[in-house]
Amino acid sequence: MQNIIKIIIFLIFFFIISVFYISLTRETNYDTSNLINKKITEFKVINADETGFYTRDDLKKNDFTLINFWASWCAPCKVEHPILMRLSKSKKLKILGVNFKDKDKQAKKFLSDLGNPYDFLAKDINGKQSVSLGIYGIPESILINNELLIMQKFVGPLSLDDYNKIEELIK
Amino acid sequence: MLSNLGNILLFANVILSFSIIYNANKSLKTSSNVINKNIFQLSLIQSTLIIICFFTLIAAFIISDFSLVTVYQNSHSLKPLFYKIAGTWGNHEGSLLLWAIILTIFSFLFLIYNKDHPKKFRLLTLIVQNTLILGFLFFILFNSNPFSSLSPVPSEGLGLNPILQDPALAIHPPLLYVGFVGSSIYFSAAIASLISNYTEKSFSYSIKNWILISWCFQTLGILVGSIWAYYELGWGGFWFWDPVENASLLPWFAMTALFHSLIVFEKRNIFYFWVIILCLITFILSVTGTFLVRSGILNSVHTFASDPSRGLYILLFLSLMIFGSIFLLFKKYKNEDYKLNQNSKETFILINNWFMMFYLITVLLGTIYPIFTDALTDNKISVGPPFYNTIILPVVIIFLLFMAIGPKVKWIKNKFKDIKIYFYILLASCGLNFLIIFFFKSYSVLSNLILISAIFLILSSLIDLTNAIKKNKFDLARIISHASFGFLVLFIGLNNIFTIEKDYNIKLGETKKFENYSIKLQNLELKNFKNYQAVIGELEIKNVNLNRTNILKPEIRIYDNPRTLTYEASIKTSISKDYYLTMSNIDRSDYYNIKFQKKPLMMWIWVSVIMIVFGGFLRIFINAKHN
Amino acid sequence: MKFKIILIFLLINAQFLLAAEKKIDPNEIHKNLRCLVCQGQSISDSNSDFAQTIKLVVKDLIKEGKTEKEIYSFMSDKYGEWIIFKPQLNIHNSLLWFLPYIILILGGFFLFNLIKKRQ
Repeated sequence: MQNIIKIIIFLIFFFIISVFYISLTRETNYDTSNLINKKITEFKVINADETGFYTRDDLKKNDFTLINFWASWCAPCKVEHPILMRLSKSKKLKILGVNFKDKDKQAKKFLSDLGNPYDFLAKDINGKQSVSLGIYGIPESILINNELLIMQKFVGPLSLDDYNKIEELIK
Repeated sequence: MLSNLGNILLFANVILSFSIIYNANKSLKTSSNVINKNIFQLSLIQSTLIIICFFTLIAAFIISDFSLVTVYQNSHSLKPLFYKIAGTWGNHEGSLLLWAIILTIFSFLFLIYNKDHPKKFRLLTLIVQNTLILGFLFFILFNSNPFSSLSPVPSEGLGLNPILQDPALAIHPPLLYVGFVGSSIYFSAAIASLISNYTEKSFSYSIKNWILISWCFQTLGILVGSIWAYYELGWGGFWFWDPVENASLLPWFAMTALFHSLIVFEKRNIFYFWVIILCLITFILSVTGTFLVRSGILNSVHTFASDPSRGLYILLFLSLMIFGSIFLLFKKYKNEDYKLNQNSKETFILINNWFMMFYLITVLLGTIYPIFTDALTDNKISVGPPFYNTIILPVVIIFLLFMAIGPKVKWIKNKFKDIKIYFYILLASCGLNFLIIFFFKSYSVLSNLILISAIFLILSSLIDLTNAIKKNKFDLARIISHASFGFLVLFIGLNNIFTIEKDYNIKLGETKKFENYSIKLQNLELKNFKNYQAVIGELEIKNVNLNRTNILKPEIRIYDNPRTLTYEASIKTSISKDYYLTMSNIDRSDYYNIKFQKKPLMMWIWVSVIMIVFGGFLRIFINAKHN
Repeated sequence: MKFKIILIFLLINAQFLLAAEKKIDPNEIHKNLRCLVCQGQSISDSNSDFAQTIKLVVKDLIKEGKTEKEIYSFMSDKYGEWIIFKPQLNIHNSLLWFLPYIILILGGFFLFNLIKKRQ
């Protein structure tokens, strides 16, 4: 009996040390990029001219939609802008830009200076709509299909790798 | 030059440690009962050199010698002198030197203060302790050297985080290290005791004061850390069950169980293995805590910058310690033969150990569970205050009752002469609790029970005190510490129940009203200081019923080196309550977000902990007087 | 003697009856949500932009009549379990929630047997 207890004690410590060892190589920063393969359940943003709303039904009309949250006051948004311009050329992909906690005048200037890659333009003045998509910082983009399934989340500015990934996914 | 001096001193210490181990080993084999004089001399030189080494690093910080990487990364020439000095141990490398200095000095002091104990035991303690010292010296020299140099020498340092420039935070590490690094000496003593079969109760005298001293300092270190969190972090709380906080609490549970078990060992020469195992566990938990904090595997408010190689080294050191201890214990464990009456003080101390192990395992589990789920299931979860509060609080209720009754139970066999008194105390406790509800407001079931047991412990201790004065048989240290613990729980409970928190978005000139208070943002001022700019808000808190006004001035500070934003809380402390106010700006708006808190009895929480420590120091003093 | 026991029992029960009702408190919820862009702070303690947005959303959800549980469910659905400080009761976390009390009870048995053996 005593020997069994000794073996159990040894195994417990061995297990703990092993887990510590494994965790040394893991990434501690949290991001939501693996919260995919879920459907969007709530979505309703006012469009840029305040003439109507974009809802889930509108999103279903597109084969693929990239929802991109951006703002004129966000420096990394400028960095990812060329990638968005490239993506706007894609026929299969529609891009919905949601202007986040911004002022219309500055937003318009941003787009006229750098170009407008968005097929649809909306705004989220108080940021509440971003929460229903699990956004926690900008820029952040979500790729969905016509069944509103989240295929991929991009936290932070889009990179060239992200561009290639999107092209892969929308084939 | 300082870099070279420091490195030479470190190498010298390594050589000295090897030399001490070699000489001690040689001395073990001789038949003489006296320890060779040269071992004492080597130990003294070792302590002297490590102290000089530490002062060398301090000197480098004072003169801002940026040729040292550590000074460059953690200091700045504009830093006030006091914080330059404190910056020495406020970083990873420097704090390891603090580890080394305490390990070394304790090794020397243990050697010279334990002349009445067997030679083999003392030499083995020295050998084990020096092995630990070597482990840390190697870590310092090969991975985290505070004296590693930089070329070309930068003209200015990268500055220290402004949040870390605080007097409480300056003394927090030294206090805490005397606590859990100090526990190394009784770890070594336990191993020495096992190997040399020093199982007589005189063994307890060799480690008793060390355990008490480390416990007192550990408690003080935790207190100062909590006070700092309250004043600096701006959320008005003092304990967040953050992994780094938990790392300092785990050894504390073990230490508390340890010195209570030691009382039994000293009195009746039983529970030897409880004492040994707890000695080993305390230091193992200390190193585990160090591992968790410095390896970067935990996400916390307090993390040092992370580096996996550090984690690897500490994990290796920890594994050697754990498996070494386990194997030794397996070899030496013997079932003790003793009689135990269920109605005796020994039983109650066992019960205390039972509770301490519960708290220890709960906090340990909560701290490392996220690591496990992430490594094994790739899913990150958070374990925060709701978990710990839910699990621990109900158990504390019963624990407090045992704390009240236990000390009065007699050794070996107790006769409960007067159970009636406990019923009266319980009655009085329920009564007092009822009065609180009646005059103020009602609260949750759990809160009711906690307050009742806390009051039970306090009243019970007060009755002990009056009995002790009558019979002139004093156990004053225990009465003070136990009663203060009761007060601590009481004050934390009351503070929790009666705290008011309000969160508003307010504009200059606006007034917000709630209950019988009104808050007005009267003024906003922009002021320039030596290394920061501050936006100072002036808020008037008016108690409409009593027509009393308080002005609180929270700040938003913009530091330029490194460029950070901090929020300084404005706190008004009084005997009955603290007013606590923080202010932050809302981007792209001229509204400010203010968090106002009215926190009753805050200062008494700190006083209770100080009194708990006072009881501990009193015990040490009384022990010294008897010797 | 019996009378005293009954009296205490009644008193303790009286405290139960007088115990406060739990109303949905936004501050409680803010304390239980983690600020994802901060280092270990809760939504209640954080001054970040993200925290302010979440506070607004929680306010709306309370207005819609959602219970505390539903609000936490909503948040963890969008942001993962990481955002909730109280580990959810599911298969993964059952060990976390039950092990402490299992150990408490096992320890109790162990202690009980130990004392019995040594009488």
